[in-house]
Amino acid sequence: MKHIILGAAALAVCASFASAQDDSVVRLGTEGAYPPYNFINDAGEVDGFERALGDELCKRAELNCEWVTNDWDSIIPNLVSGNYDAIIAGMSITPEREEVVDFTQNYTPPSPSAFAAMGDVDLSGAVIAAQTGTIQAAHVTGMDGATLLEYPTPDETVAAMRAGEADAVLSDKDYLIPVVEGSDDIQFIGEDIPLGGGIGMAFRKSDPELRETFDAAIQSMKDDGTLNEMIIEHLGEDSPRF
Amino acid sequence: MTWLICYLTTGKHLAFYASFGTVLLLLAITAPAALAFGFAGASAARSRVAPLRWIGKTYIAIVRGVPDIAFFLFFVLALDIFFEWIRHEIKCPDWDQPIWQGNDFVVCAAAKLPLGNAPQWVHETYGFFLAVLTFAIVFGAFAANVLFGAMRAVPRAQLETAEAYGMSRRQVYWRILVPQMWIYALPGLSNLWMVLIKATPLLFLLGVEDIVYWARELGGAKTPRFTDYPHPDWRMWYFLFLLVFYLAFTRVSEIVLDRITTRLRHGQATIGGTAQRSAT
Repeated sequence: MKHIILGAAALAVCASFASAQDDSVVRLGTEGAYPPYNFINDAGEVDGFERALGDELCKRAELNCEWVTNDWDSIIPNLVSGNYDAIIAGMSITPEREEVVDFTQNYTPPSPSAFAAMGDVDLSGAVIAAQTGTIQAAHVTGMDGATLLEYPTPDETVAAMRAGEADAVLSDKDYLIPVVEGSDDIQFIGEDIPLGGGIGMAFRKSDPELRETFDAAIQSMKDDGTLNEMIIEHLGEDSPRF
Repeated sequence: MTWLICYLTTGKHLAFYASFGTVLLLLAITAPAALAFGFAGASAARSRVAPLRWIGKTYIAIVRGVPDIAFFLFFVLALDIFFEWIRHEIKCPDWDQPIWQGNDFVVCAAAKLPLGNAPQWVHETYGFFLAVLTFAIVFGAFAANVLFGAMRAVPRAQLETAEAYGMSRRQVYWRILVPQMWIYALPGLSNLWMVLIKATPLLFLLGVEDIVYWARELGGAKTPRFTDYPHPDWRMWYFLFLLVFYLAFTRVSEIVLDRITTRLRHGQATIGGTAQRSAT
C-alpha cells in the first residue's frame, strides 16, 4: 500500500512539474460535489459537464488550466482573494452575485429547478432542504408557509430528506434526475420552477481580460454547436439547449 | 471481496490515505513550531526589559482570547494580504491604482504570492505553510502560558543556590530553570497536543483537503451514473473509521507522553520524582 501511495505521489509531483514547464496557469475553481455538473470521480479528479466544458474552453483560448476544488460556502470569497481565477461550478447568474463578481454569458440556458420527495408531500407548510447560498434556498425563503433547512452540500440535502429531517428537496433538476433515477422511493413532486438566468463562469471584477477571453470561447462553442452536443452528452436530452 | 479491494484502491481512496500523511506532516511541523513560539512568548513575558514583556503578554492575551475559527478565517487572509502588500511596495513602486478596488485586493502581478500563474501544487504548498504558521501562532500562545507558569513553578531555592554559586542570570536561566521547568509544563503541553491533534479539520477552512473532507466526500451517497462503485450514504462508516484513527492516535500519544514524564521527573523535587527516587 505504501508503495502505491508513494508511486501515486511521485506521479502527481512529476505531472505537476511537467505542466509547470508552461508559463502561465489559470486556475478554475469548482465545488466537486454537484453531479452531473461537477464531481470527483473514482480517480479523485474533477469530472462532469463543467470539466469537459472548462477543458474545451481552455483549449480554445490556448490557456493552461488547472482544477481546484473549494467549499460552496466560501467559493466566492476565495475567488475574490485570489485562490483561483474563475468559478465554474454550476453557479446561476443572479443580480446579487453580480454585485461581487463578473459573469460571462451563460453556458446553459435558464434550467428548471424541481422538488423531490419520498411519497406525496403537501409543499405548503413543508420543511424543504436546499443548499446554502443557492437560488433554490432563496426561493424557499420566499415560499408561503414553507420552512427552509440549509445544508452545505447538495448531497446532504438529499440525505436529510431520506432521513426524514426534511419533507422535500429543492434543487436544480439536472442534479436531481440521477438521484430520482437511482432510487425506488424518491420522486419529483409539484411543478418545475424556472429559477436564475442560466449558469455562467464568474471572475474577479478586477480581471476583465480573462473574463472576455472565456466569454469569447463560450460564444465560439455556441456558434459551432459543440456546446449543445456537450449539454446532451452530460445533462441529457431533456435539458434545455441553445 | 474483490469489489471491496478495488473500491478501497480507487484514486479517490488513495487521496484519502495520502491526506492522513498531510495531517501527520502538519502535526510534525506544527508541534515544534508552536513550542518555539511558546518558548519565545514565555521568555518575553518574564523578561526584565519592559517592552519585550509587554509584547509577550499581549501576544498571549490576544491569541488566547480570540476564537480559533475567527482567527483562522481572519488571520490567514490578513497574513496573506500583508505579505503581498510588502512585496507590492518593494517590487512595484510606480503602481498608480488603488490597492483596494471594491471587494478585490489588487496588487501588481509580480507581487502575487504565490505568483498568479503558478501551478496548483505551489498554491497548495503555500496554503499548507500558512496553515502551519497560523496553527503555530495560535497554539504557541497557549504553550507560552503553560511554559510561563512552569517557569514560575521551579523551586525558588534552586535558582538562589545557582546564584550563590556565582552563575549569571543567563546561566541560571539556561542551566537551572529551563531544564527543570519541563516536568511542570508537561501536563499542560500534553493537553495542548491532544487538542492540536483534533483541531486539524480546521485545515479545510484554508483549502487543504484533510481526512474529514475526504471521509465526507467518499461517504456521501453515489448514484451509478457517476461511479463504478455506487453505494448509499456510508458517511457513518467513514466517520467511524476516523473516530478509531483519532482514538488510536491519542492513545499512542498518551503512552509516549507517559514515558517522557517518567524520564523528566527523574531526580526532581516533585511528589512523582521523590517516589521514583525512594523506589530505586
